[in-house]
Amino acid sequence: MRSLRVLGLAWLLHVKMMSRSAFDGAMAVIWPLFYATVAFFMFRTGHGSSSLGPIGLAAAVMGIWTATSVPASSALQRERWSGTLELLVVAPRHLALILLPITLAASTIGLYCVAGTLLWARVLFGIHVTIIHPLFFVLGLVGTVLTIAALGFLMAVSFVGSRRAWAIGAALEYPIWLVCGFLVPVSLLPGWAHPFSWALGPTWGMRAIREAAYGGAPLGSLLLCVGLAGVYLALGVLVLRVVLDSARKRATLSLA
Amino acid sequence: MTNWLRVFFVGGVIAYRGLFNWIRPAMYIPTMLGSPLFQLIFFTKLGQYAHAQSRDFYIVGNSVQVCAMSSVYGMTMSVANERQFGTLGPLLASPANRAAVFLGRGLPVLMNGLLVSVFTFAAGALFLGFRPGLASVPALAAIVLVTVTSCTGFGMLLGSVGLRAKDVFFAANLAYVLMLLFCGVNIPLDVLPGWMSLVGRCLPLTHGIAAAREVAAGAPLSQVAGLVWTEAGIAVAYAAAGFVFFRYLERASRRSAVLDAY
Repeated sequence: MRSLRVLGLAWLLHVKMMSRSAFDGAMAVIWPLFYATVAFFMFRTGHGSSSLGPIGLAAAVMGIWTATSVPASSALQRERWSGTLELLVVAPRHLALILLPITLAASTIGLYCVAGTLLWARVLFGIHVTIIHPLFFVLGLVGTVLTIAALGFLMAVSFVGSRRAWAIGAALEYPIWLVCGFLVPVSLLPGWAHPFSWALGPTWGMRAIREAAYGGAPLGSLLLCVGLAGVYLALGVLVLRVVLDSARKRATLSLA
Repeated sequence: MTNWLRVFFVGGVIAYRGLFNWIRPAMYIPTMLGSPLFQLIFFTKLGQYAHAQSRDFYIVGNSVQVCAMSSVYGMTMSVANERQFGTLGPLLASPANRAAVFLGRGLPVLMNGLLVSVFTFAAGALFLGFRPGLASVPALAAIVLVTVTSCTGFGMLLGSVGLRAKDVFFAANLAYVLMLLFCGVNIPLDVLPGWMSLVGRCLPLTHGIAAAREVAAGAPLSQVAGLVWTEAGIAVAYAAAGFVFFRYLERASRRSAVLDAY
Protein backbone atom coordinates (compact mmCIF):
# COMPACT_ATOMS: atom_id res chain seq x y z
CA MET A 1 0.00 0.00 0.00
CA ARG A 2 2.83 2.33 0.93
CA SER A 3 4.56 1.50 -2.33
CA LEU A 4 1.43 2.40 -4.26
CA ARG A 5 1.23 5.69 -2.35
CA VAL A 6 4.85 6.49 -3.24
CA LEU A 7 4.16 5.60 -6.87
CA GLY A 8 1.01 7.69 -7.01
CA LEU A 9 2.39 10.76 -5.26
CA ALA A 10 5.68 10.73 -7.18
CA TRP A 11 3.78 10.31 -10.45
CA LEU A 12 1.56 13.29 -9.64
CA LEU A 13 4.55 15.41 -8.63
CA HIS A 14 6.41 14.64 -11.86
CA VAL A 15 3.35 15.16 -14.05
CA LYS A 16 2.95 18.62 -12.48
CA MET A 17 6.62 19.48 -12.95
CA MET A 18 6.77 18.23 -16.55
CA SER A 19 3.54 19.99 -17.44
CA ARG A 20 5.18 23.28 -16.50
CA SER A 21 8.44 22.61 -18.36
CA ALA A 22 8.81 24.08 -21.84
CA PHE A 23 10.95 21.15 -22.95
CA ASP A 24 9.20 18.18 -21.33
CA GLY A 25 5.70 19.57 -21.51
CA ALA A 26 5.13 21.95 -24.40
CA MET A 27 7.78 20.46 -26.69
CA ALA A 28 6.52 16.93 -26.15
CA VAL A 29 3.12 18.07 -27.39
CA ILE A 30 4.29 20.36 -30.21
CA TRP A 31 7.08 18.17 -31.63
CA PRO A 32 4.86 15.24 -32.75
CA LEU A 33 2.38 17.70 -34.29
CA PHE A 34 5.01 18.60 -36.88
CA TYR A 35 5.63 14.96 -37.73
CA ALA A 36 1.90 14.35 -37.90
CA THR A 37 1.55 17.33 -40.26
CA VAL A 38 4.35 16.03 -42.51
CA ALA A 39 2.62 12.64 -42.61
CA PHE A 40 -0.78 14.23 -43.38
CA PHE A 41 0.64 16.18 -46.31
CA MET A 42 2.50 13.13 -47.61
CA PHE A 43 -0.56 10.90 -47.47
CA ARG A 44 -2.89 13.56 -48.83
CA THR A 45 -0.75 13.88 -51.97
CA GLY A 46 -0.36 10.10 -52.24
CA HIS A 47 -3.38 8.11 -51.13
CA GLY A 48 -5.74 11.08 -50.86
CA SER A 49 -7.76 12.26 -47.90
CA SER A 50 -9.58 8.95 -47.34
CA SER A 51 -6.56 7.30 -45.67
CA LEU A 52 -5.91 10.08 -43.20
CA GLY A 53 -7.95 8.67 -40.27
CA PRO A 54 -5.58 5.80 -39.37
CA ILE A 55 -2.60 8.07 -40.04
CA GLY A 56 -3.96 10.66 -37.61
CA LEU A 57 -4.45 8.01 -34.96
CA ALA A 58 -0.97 6.54 -35.44
CA ALA A 59 0.69 9.97 -35.42
CA ALA A 60 -1.15 10.77 -32.19
CA VAL A 61 0.02 7.60 -30.43
CA MET A 62 3.57 8.10 -31.73
CA GLY A 63 3.75 11.16 -29.49
CA ILE A 64 3.61 9.04 -26.32
CA TRP A 65 6.99 7.59 -27.22
CA THR A 66 8.34 11.03 -28.15
CA ALA A 67 7.28 12.41 -24.80
CA THR A 68 8.96 9.54 -22.97
CA SER A 69 12.20 8.70 -24.75
CA VAL A 70 14.35 11.68 -23.74
CA PRO A 71 13.04 12.34 -20.20
CA ALA A 72 13.21 8.62 -19.38
CA SER A 73 16.71 8.00 -20.70
CA SER A 74 18.07 11.05 -18.87
CA ALA A 75 16.08 10.59 -15.64
CA LEU A 76 19.00 9.32 -13.56
CA GLN A 77 21.44 11.79 -15.09
CA ARG A 78 19.16 14.67 -14.14
CA GLU A 79 19.01 13.49 -10.53
CA ARG A 80 22.79 13.23 -10.60
CA TRP A 81 23.14 16.80 -11.92
CA SER A 82 20.72 18.04 -9.27
CA GLY A 83 22.76 16.27 -6.58
CA THR A 84 19.74 14.25 -5.45
CA LEU A 85 20.71 10.82 -6.78
CA GLU A 86 22.56 9.72 -3.63
CA LEU A 87 19.64 10.84 -1.46
CA LEU A 88 17.20 8.85 -3.58
CA VAL A 89 19.42 5.76 -3.52
CA VAL A 90 19.68 5.76 0.28
CA ALA A 91 15.96 6.51 0.76
CA PRO A 92 14.07 3.67 2.49
CA ARG A 93 11.96 2.95 -0.61
CA HIS A 94 13.40 1.00 -3.52
CA LEU A 95 14.86 3.27 -6.21
CA ALA A 96 12.61 1.61 -8.79
CA LEU A 97 9.58 3.09 -7.01
CA ILE A 98 11.11 6.53 -7.42
CA LEU A 99 12.26 6.12 -11.01
CA LEU A 100 9.17 4.46 -12.45
CA PRO A 101 6.89 7.45 -11.66
CA ILE A 102 9.26 9.68 -13.67
CA THR A 103 8.91 7.58 -16.80
CA LEU A 104 5.21 7.04 -16.12
CA ALA A 105 4.72 10.80 -15.81
CA ALA A 106 6.55 11.35 -19.10
CA SER A 107 4.37 8.85 -20.94
CA THR A 108 1.29 10.37 -19.29
CA ILE A 109 2.34 13.72 -20.78
CA GLY A 110 2.20 11.81 -24.07
CA LEU A 111 -1.58 11.63 -23.60
CA TYR A 112 -1.70 15.42 -24.00
CA CYS A 113 0.01 14.81 -27.29
CA VAL A 114 -2.54 12.19 -28.34
CA ALA A 115 -5.36 14.63 -27.60
CA GLY A 116 -3.48 17.52 -29.21
CA THR A 117 -2.71 15.61 -32.41
CA LEU A 118 -6.27 14.30 -32.79
CA LEU A 119 -7.58 17.84 -32.29
CA TRP A 120 -4.99 19.25 -34.71
CA ALA A 121 -5.93 16.61 -37.29
CA ARG A 122 -9.62 17.38 -36.92
CA VAL A 123 -9.37 21.17 -37.01
CA LEU A 124 -6.71 21.63 -39.69
CA PHE A 125 -7.11 18.56 -41.86
CA GLY A 126 -10.73 17.59 -41.25
CA ILE A 127 -9.75 14.10 -40.09
CA HIS A 128 -12.41 12.36 -38.04
CA VAL A 129 -11.29 9.32 -36.11
CA THR A 130 -14.26 7.08 -35.42
CA ILE A 131 -13.92 4.54 -32.61
CA ILE A 132 -15.83 1.27 -32.72
CA HIS A 133 -14.89 -0.04 -29.23
CA PRO A 134 -14.43 3.04 -26.98
CA LEU A 135 -13.68 1.00 -23.85
CA PHE A 136 -10.93 -0.99 -25.53
CA PHE A 137 -9.64 2.20 -27.10
CA VAL A 138 -9.18 3.75 -23.65
CA LEU A 139 -7.67 0.51 -22.32
CA GLY A 140 -5.35 0.41 -25.33
CA LEU A 141 -4.16 3.94 -24.58
CA VAL A 142 -3.60 3.09 -20.91
CA GLY A 143 -1.76 -0.10 -21.87
CA THR A 144 0.42 1.80 -24.34
CA VAL A 145 1.24 4.44 -21.72
CA LEU A 146 2.19 1.66 -19.27
CA THR A 147 4.33 -0.29 -21.71
CA ILE A 148 6.14 2.83 -22.92
CA ALA A 149 6.72 3.91 -19.30
CA ALA A 150 8.12 0.47 -18.50
CA LEU A 151 10.34 0.55 -21.58
CA GLY A 152 11.49 4.02 -20.54
CA PHE A 153 12.25 2.69 -17.05
CA LEU A 154 14.42 -0.05 -18.57
CA MET A 155 16.21 2.61 -20.66
CA ALA A 156 16.67 4.87 -17.63
CA VAL A 157 18.52 2.21 -15.66
CA SER A 158 20.44 0.90 -18.67
CA PHE A 159 21.91 4.27 -19.70
CA VAL A 160 22.95 5.31 -16.21
CA GLY A 161 26.66 5.19 -17.10
CA SER A 162 26.31 7.57 -20.02
CA ARG A 163 27.08 11.27 -19.64
CA ARG A 164 24.62 12.21 -22.35
CA ALA A 165 21.89 9.64 -21.91
CA TRP A 166 19.34 12.09 -23.35
CA ALA A 167 21.13 11.92 -26.70
CA ILE A 168 20.72 8.15 -26.80
CA GLY A 169 17.06 8.57 -25.92
CA ALA A 170 16.63 11.10 -28.74
CA ALA A 171 18.44 8.78 -31.16
CA LEU A 172 15.96 6.00 -30.34
CA GLU A 173 12.96 8.05 -31.41
CA TYR A 174 12.91 7.07 -35.11
CA PRO A 175 13.90 3.40 -34.63
CA ILE A 176 11.00 2.79 -32.27
CA TRP A 177 8.55 4.67 -34.53
CA LEU A 178 9.76 2.55 -37.41
CA VAL A 179 10.03 -0.87 -35.78
CA CYS A 180 6.74 -0.57 -33.88
CA GLY A 181 4.85 0.14 -37.09
CA PHE A 182 3.21 3.38 -35.97
CA LEU A 183 3.01 4.94 -39.43
CA VAL A 184 4.91 2.53 -41.65
CA PRO A 185 3.58 -1.06 -41.64
CA VAL A 186 6.07 -3.55 -40.21
CA SER A 187 5.56 -5.63 -43.36
CA LEU A 188 7.49 -2.98 -45.32
CA LEU A 189 10.56 -3.58 -43.15
CA PRO A 190 13.04 -6.39 -43.81
CA GLY A 191 12.26 -9.78 -42.24
CA TRP A 192 15.04 -9.54 -39.65
CA ALA A 193 13.36 -6.47 -38.12
CA HIS A 194 10.08 -8.29 -37.39
CA PRO A 195 11.21 -10.11 -34.19
CA PHE A 196 12.34 -6.73 -32.76
CA SER A 197 8.90 -5.40 -33.51
CA TRP A 198 7.17 -8.31 -31.74
CA ALA A 199 9.36 -7.85 -28.66
CA LEU A 200 8.33 -4.23 -28.27
CA GLY A 201 5.22 -3.44 -26.24
CA PRO A 202 4.29 -0.28 -28.22
CA THR A 203 3.81 -2.49 -31.33
CA TRP A 204 1.01 -4.35 -29.56
CA GLY A 205 -0.31 -1.21 -27.93
CA MET A 206 -0.67 0.48 -31.31
CA ARG A 207 -2.25 -2.67 -32.74
CA ALA A 208 -4.76 -2.81 -29.87
CA ILE A 209 -5.66 0.87 -30.36
CA ARG A 210 -6.11 0.37 -34.10
CA GLU A 211 -8.26 -2.73 -33.60
CA ALA A 212 -10.34 -0.91 -30.99
CA ALA A 213 -10.85 2.06 -33.30
CA TYR A 214 -11.46 0.29 -36.59
CA GLY A 215 -12.85 -3.07 -35.55
CA GLY A 216 -11.14 -6.32 -34.66
CA ALA A 217 -10.21 -8.21 -31.51
CA PRO A 218 -7.97 -5.92 -29.47
CA LEU A 219 -7.85 -8.07 -26.33
CA GLY A 220 -4.94 -10.28 -27.43
CA SER A 221 -2.79 -7.32 -28.47
CA LEU A 222 -3.69 -5.50 -25.26
CA LEU A 223 -2.66 -8.44 -23.08
CA LEU A 224 0.64 -8.76 -24.94
CA CYS A 225 1.23 -5.03 -24.55
CA VAL A 226 0.67 -5.13 -20.77
CA GLY A 227 2.55 -8.42 -20.41
CA LEU A 228 5.60 -6.95 -22.10
CA ALA A 229 5.39 -3.96 -19.74
CA GLY A 230 5.73 -6.44 -16.85
CA VAL A 231 8.77 -8.03 -18.52
CA TYR A 232 10.45 -4.63 -18.96
CA LEU A 233 9.78 -3.74 -15.33
CA ALA A 234 11.26 -7.02 -14.07
CA LEU A 235 14.30 -6.59 -16.31
CA GLY A 236 14.66 -2.97 -15.21
CA VAL A 237 14.65 -3.91 -11.51
CA LEU A 238 17.33 -6.55 -12.18
CA VAL A 239 19.51 -4.12 -14.14
CA LEU A 240 19.01 -1.48 -11.44
CA ARG A 241 20.25 -3.88 -8.77
CA VAL A 242 23.37 -4.69 -10.80
CA VAL A 243 24.02 -1.00 -11.56
CA LEU A 244 23.60 0.09 -7.93
CA ASP A 245 25.78 -2.72 -6.59
CA SER A 246 28.49 -1.84 -9.08
CA ALA A 247 28.24 1.90 -8.33
CA ARG A 248 28.48 1.30 -4.57
CA LYS A 249 31.48 -1.05 -4.89
CA ARG A 250 33.35 1.31 -7.20
CA ALA A 251 32.11 4.52 -5.55
CA THR A 252 30.97 5.90 -8.89
CA LEU A 253 27.35 6.74 -8.13
CA SER A 254 27.79 10.47 -8.58
CA LEU A 255 30.24 10.10 -11.46
CA ALA A 256 29.70 9.65 -15.22
CA MET B 1 45.34 39.00 -39.30
CA THR B 2 47.43 36.05 -38.01
CA ASN B 3 45.80 36.46 -34.62
CA TRP B 4 42.36 36.58 -36.20
CA LEU B 5 43.02 33.37 -38.12
CA ARG B 6 44.53 31.68 -35.04
CA VAL B 7 41.46 32.50 -32.95
CA PHE B 8 39.21 31.46 -35.83
CA PHE B 9 40.81 28.08 -36.54
CA VAL B 10 42.60 27.03 -33.31
CA GLY B 11 40.06 28.69 -31.02
CA GLY B 12 37.19 27.12 -32.95
CA VAL B 13 38.67 23.63 -32.71
CA ILE B 14 39.59 23.94 -29.01
CA ALA B 15 36.12 25.28 -28.18
CA TYR B 16 34.53 22.41 -30.07
CA ARG B 17 36.68 19.84 -28.28
CA GLY B 18 35.86 21.38 -24.93
CA LEU B 19 32.16 21.89 -25.42
CA PHE B 20 31.59 18.57 -27.13
CA ASN B 21 33.94 16.47 -25.01
CA TRP B 22 31.15 13.95 -24.58
CA ILE B 23 31.10 13.14 -28.29
CA ARG B 24 33.04 9.91 -28.35
CA PRO B 25 32.49 7.13 -30.88
CA ALA B 26 30.05 5.35 -28.55
CA MET B 27 27.99 8.55 -28.44
CA TYR B 28 28.69 9.95 -31.89
CA ILE B 29 27.62 6.85 -33.80
CA PRO B 30 24.09 6.52 -32.37
CA THR B 31 23.35 10.24 -32.24
CA MET B 32 25.06 11.84 -35.23
CA LEU B 33 24.99 8.85 -37.58
CA GLY B 34 22.29 6.51 -36.25
CA SER B 35 19.60 9.14 -35.88
CA PRO B 36 20.00 10.56 -39.43
CA LEU B 37 20.10 7.03 -40.82
CA PHE B 38 16.81 6.14 -39.17
CA GLN B 39 15.28 9.47 -40.19
CA LEU B 40 16.21 8.66 -43.78
CA ILE B 41 14.76 5.16 -43.61
CA PHE B 42 11.63 6.34 -41.79
CA PHE B 43 10.68 9.03 -44.29
CA THR B 44 11.69 7.02 -47.35
CA LYS B 45 9.57 4.07 -46.22
CA LEU B 46 6.74 6.41 -45.22
CA GLY B 47 6.89 8.05 -48.64
CA GLN B 48 6.84 4.68 -50.38
CA TYR B 49 3.86 3.63 -48.28
CA ALA B 50 2.06 6.91 -48.99
CA HIS B 51 2.85 6.68 -52.74
CA ALA B 52 3.53 10.42 -52.64
CA GLN B 53 6.90 11.00 -54.35
CA SER B 54 9.75 8.95 -55.79
CA ARG B 55 12.23 7.26 -53.48
CA ASP B 56 15.07 9.63 -54.51
CA PHE B 57 12.94 12.64 -53.52
CA TYR B 58 13.08 11.53 -49.88
CA ILE B 59 16.67 10.32 -49.97
CA VAL B 60 18.03 13.64 -51.30
CA GLY B 61 15.75 15.77 -49.09
CA ASN B 62 16.58 13.98 -45.87
CA SER B 63 20.28 13.48 -46.64
CA VAL B 64 20.69 17.23 -47.02
CA GLN B 65 18.38 18.16 -44.13
CA VAL B 66 20.14 15.96 -41.54
CA CYS B 67 23.08 18.38 -41.60
CA ALA B 68 20.82 20.56 -39.42
CA MET B 69 21.35 18.05 -36.65
CA SER B 70 24.90 19.31 -36.40
CA SER B 71 24.40 22.84 -37.71
CA VAL B 72 21.38 23.84 -35.66
CA TYR B 73 21.95 21.88 -32.43
CA GLY B 74 25.74 22.16 -32.63
CA MET B 75 25.80 25.92 -33.06
CA THR B 76 23.15 26.38 -30.38
CA MET B 77 25.23 24.35 -27.96
CA SER B 78 28.42 26.18 -28.97
CA VAL B 79 27.10 29.32 -27.32
CA ALA B 80 24.55 28.04 -24.82
CA ASN B 81 26.94 25.49 -23.29
CA GLU B 82 29.58 28.17 -22.61
CA ARG B 83 26.95 29.78 -20.43
CA GLN B 84 25.92 26.49 -18.84
CA PHE B 85 29.54 25.48 -18.12
CA GLY B 86 30.27 28.91 -16.62
CA THR B 87 32.93 29.82 -19.20
CA LEU B 88 31.00 32.50 -21.05
CA GLY B 89 32.14 35.34 -18.78
CA PRO B 90 35.89 34.67 -19.15
CA LEU B 91 35.44 34.12 -22.90
CA LEU B 92 33.75 37.47 -23.43
CA ALA B 93 36.16 39.23 -21.09
CA SER B 94 39.05 38.18 -23.35
CA PRO B 95 40.31 40.69 -25.92
CA ALA B 96 39.90 38.17 -28.77
CA ASN B 97 38.18 39.41 -31.90
CA ARG B 98 34.50 38.61 -31.55
CA ALA B 99 33.96 37.76 -35.20
CA ALA B 100 36.81 35.23 -35.05
CA VAL B 101 35.45 33.73 -31.82
CA PHE B 102 31.91 33.55 -33.13
CA LEU B 103 32.55 32.41 -36.69
CA GLY B 104 35.36 30.03 -35.66
CA ARG B 105 32.85 28.04 -33.68
CA GLY B 106 30.93 27.41 -36.87
CA LEU B 107 33.76 25.71 -38.74
CA PRO B 108 33.91 22.39 -36.82
CA VAL B 109 30.11 22.35 -36.72
CA LEU B 110 30.02 22.86 -40.49
CA MET B 111 32.53 20.05 -41.08
CA ASN B 112 30.50 17.79 -38.86
CA GLY B 113 27.29 18.66 -40.70
CA LEU B 114 29.00 17.87 -43.96
CA LEU B 115 30.13 14.49 -42.65
CA VAL B 116 26.61 13.67 -41.43
CA SER B 117 25.12 14.56 -44.83
CA VAL B 118 27.73 12.58 -46.76
CA PHE B 119 27.18 9.59 -44.48
CA THR B 120 23.41 9.77 -45.00
CA PHE B 121 23.80 9.97 -48.79
CA ALA B 122 26.11 6.93 -48.60
CA ALA B 123 23.56 5.10 -46.44
CA GLY B 124 20.89 5.96 -49.03
CA ALA B 125 23.07 4.44 -51.74
CA LEU B 126 23.89 1.37 -49.67
CA PHE B 127 20.52 0.53 -48.10
CA LEU B 128 17.93 2.20 -50.31
CA GLY B 129 19.39 1.99 -53.80
CA PHE B 130 20.08 5.68 -54.42
CA ARG B 131 22.16 5.87 -57.61
CA PRO B 132 22.95 9.39 -58.86
CA GLY B 133 25.13 9.50 -61.96
CA LEU B 134 28.84 9.62 -61.15
CA ALA B 135 29.13 12.86 -63.11
CA SER B 136 26.65 14.56 -60.78
CA VAL B 137 28.53 13.70 -57.57
CA PRO B 138 30.93 16.74 -57.59
CA ALA B 139 28.03 19.14 -58.22
CA LEU B 140 26.01 17.43 -55.51
CA ALA B 141 28.94 17.79 -53.11
CA ALA B 142 29.25 21.52 -53.90
CA ILE B 143 25.52 22.04 -53.30
CA VAL B 144 25.64 20.15 -50.02
CA LEU B 145 28.60 22.29 -48.90
CA VAL B 146 26.70 25.52 -49.61
CA THR B 147 23.56 24.19 -47.94
CA VAL B 148 25.39 23.04 -44.81
CA THR B 149 27.02 26.50 -44.65
CA SER B 150 23.65 28.23 -44.79
CA CYS B 151 22.28 25.88 -42.17
CA THR B 152 25.27 26.68 -39.94
CA GLY B 153 24.56 30.39 -40.45
CA PHE B 154 21.01 29.78 -39.27
CA GLY B 155 22.43 27.85 -36.30
CA MET B 156 24.60 30.89 -35.48
CA LEU B 157 21.51 33.05 -35.24
CA LEU B 158 19.82 30.55 -32.93
CA GLY B 159 23.02 30.09 -30.95
CA SER B 160 23.31 33.80 -30.27
CA VAL B 161 19.87 33.64 -28.66
CA GLY B 162 21.53 31.26 -26.19
CA LEU B 163 23.35 34.24 -24.70
CA ARG B 164 20.14 35.26 -23.00
CA ALA B 165 17.39 32.67 -23.50
CA LYS B 166 16.71 30.31 -20.65
CA ASP B 167 15.70 27.25 -22.67
CA VAL B 168 17.38 27.68 -26.03
CA PHE B 169 17.08 23.97 -26.85
CA PHE B 170 13.35 24.48 -27.10
CA ALA B 171 14.04 26.94 -29.95
CA ALA B 172 16.60 24.60 -31.53
CA ASN B 173 14.19 21.67 -31.49
CA LEU B 174 11.43 23.81 -32.87
CA ALA B 175 13.70 25.09 -35.65
CA TYR B 176 14.70 21.54 -36.57
CA VAL B 177 11.14 20.32 -37.02
CA LEU B 178 10.10 23.56 -38.71
CA MET B 179 12.79 22.94 -41.32
CA LEU B 180 11.52 19.40 -41.77
CA LEU B 181 8.06 20.73 -42.52
CA PHE B 182 8.67 24.01 -44.37
CA CYS B 183 11.80 23.37 -46.45
CA GLY B 184 10.48 20.84 -48.95
CA VAL B 185 12.35 17.97 -47.31
CA ASN B 186 9.49 15.47 -47.55
CA ILE B 187 6.71 17.58 -49.01
CA PRO B 188 7.04 19.51 -52.29
CA LEU B 189 6.66 23.25 -51.73
CA ASP B 190 3.76 23.46 -54.18
CA VAL B 191 1.74 21.08 -52.00
CA LEU B 192 2.13 23.32 -48.96
CA PRO B 193 -0.17 26.29 -48.37
CA GLY B 194 1.19 29.53 -49.85
CA TRP B 195 2.32 31.08 -46.56
CA MET B 196 4.20 27.91 -45.61
CA SER B 197 6.12 27.75 -48.88
CA LEU B 198 6.89 31.46 -48.51
CA VAL B 199 8.37 30.86 -45.04
CA GLY B 200 10.24 27.86 -46.46
CA ARG B 201 11.83 30.01 -49.15
CA CYS B 202 13.25 32.30 -46.47
CA LEU B 203 14.84 29.42 -44.57
CA PRO B 204 18.11 27.64 -45.31
CA LEU B 205 17.93 24.19 -46.95
CA THR B 206 14.97 24.88 -49.27
CA HIS B 207 16.91 26.08 -52.31
CA GLY B 208 19.80 23.71 -51.64
CA ILE B 209 17.52 20.70 -51.49
CA ALA B 210 15.74 21.75 -54.69
CA ALA B 211 19.10 22.15 -56.46
CA ALA B 212 20.40 18.83 -55.11
CA ARG B 213 17.29 17.03 -56.39
CA GLU B 214 17.72 18.44 -59.89
CA VAL B 215 21.42 17.62 -59.98
CA ALA B 216 20.80 14.09 -58.67
CA ALA B 217 18.29 13.66 -61.49
CA GLY B 218 21.01 14.58 -64.01
CA ALA B 219 20.84 18.37 -64.43
CA PRO B 220 24.17 20.22 -64.73
CA LEU B 221 25.26 22.61 -61.98
CA SER B 222 24.85 25.58 -64.31
CA GLN B 223 21.13 24.84 -64.56
CA VAL B 224 20.66 25.23 -60.80
CA ALA B 225 23.13 28.09 -60.30
CA GLY B 226 20.31 30.46 -59.32
CA LEU B 227 19.16 28.16 -56.54
CA VAL B 228 22.72 27.67 -55.28
CA TRP B 229 23.44 31.40 -55.24
CA THR B 230 20.20 32.04 -53.38
CA GLU B 231 21.20 29.44 -50.79
CA ALA B 232 24.64 31.08 -50.48
CA GLY B 233 22.97 34.48 -50.00
CA ILE B 234 20.78 33.02 -47.27
CA ALA B 235 23.93 31.63 -45.59
CA VAL B 236 25.56 35.08 -45.51
CA ALA B 237 22.37 36.77 -44.33
CA TYR B 238 21.83 34.39 -41.41
CA ALA B 239 25.50 34.38 -40.34
CA ALA B 240 25.58 38.20 -40.42
CA ALA B 241 22.29 38.42 -38.52
CA GLY B 242 23.63 35.91 -35.99
CA PHE B 243 26.80 37.95 -35.41
CA VAL B 244 24.95 41.23 -35.09
CA PHE B 245 22.49 39.68 -32.66
CA PHE B 246 25.34 38.09 -30.70
CA ARG B 247 27.06 41.47 -30.30
CA TYR B 248 23.82 43.16 -29.38
CA LEU B 249 22.98 40.58 -26.69
CA GLU B 250 26.54 40.62 -25.38
CA ARG B 251 26.40 44.40 -24.88
CA ALA B 252 22.89 44.25 -23.44
CA SER B 253 23.93 41.47 -21.04
CA ARG B 254 26.95 43.46 -19.85
CA ARG B 255 24.82 46.53 -19.34
CA SER B 256 22.23 44.62 -17.32
CA ALA B 257 24.86 42.40 -15.59
CA VAL B 258 23.03 39.21 -16.59
CA LEU B 259 25.71 37.57 -18.70
CA ASP B 260 25.90 34.32 -16.74
CA ALA B 261 22.52 34.58 -15.09
CA TYR B 262 19.51 32.42 -15.84
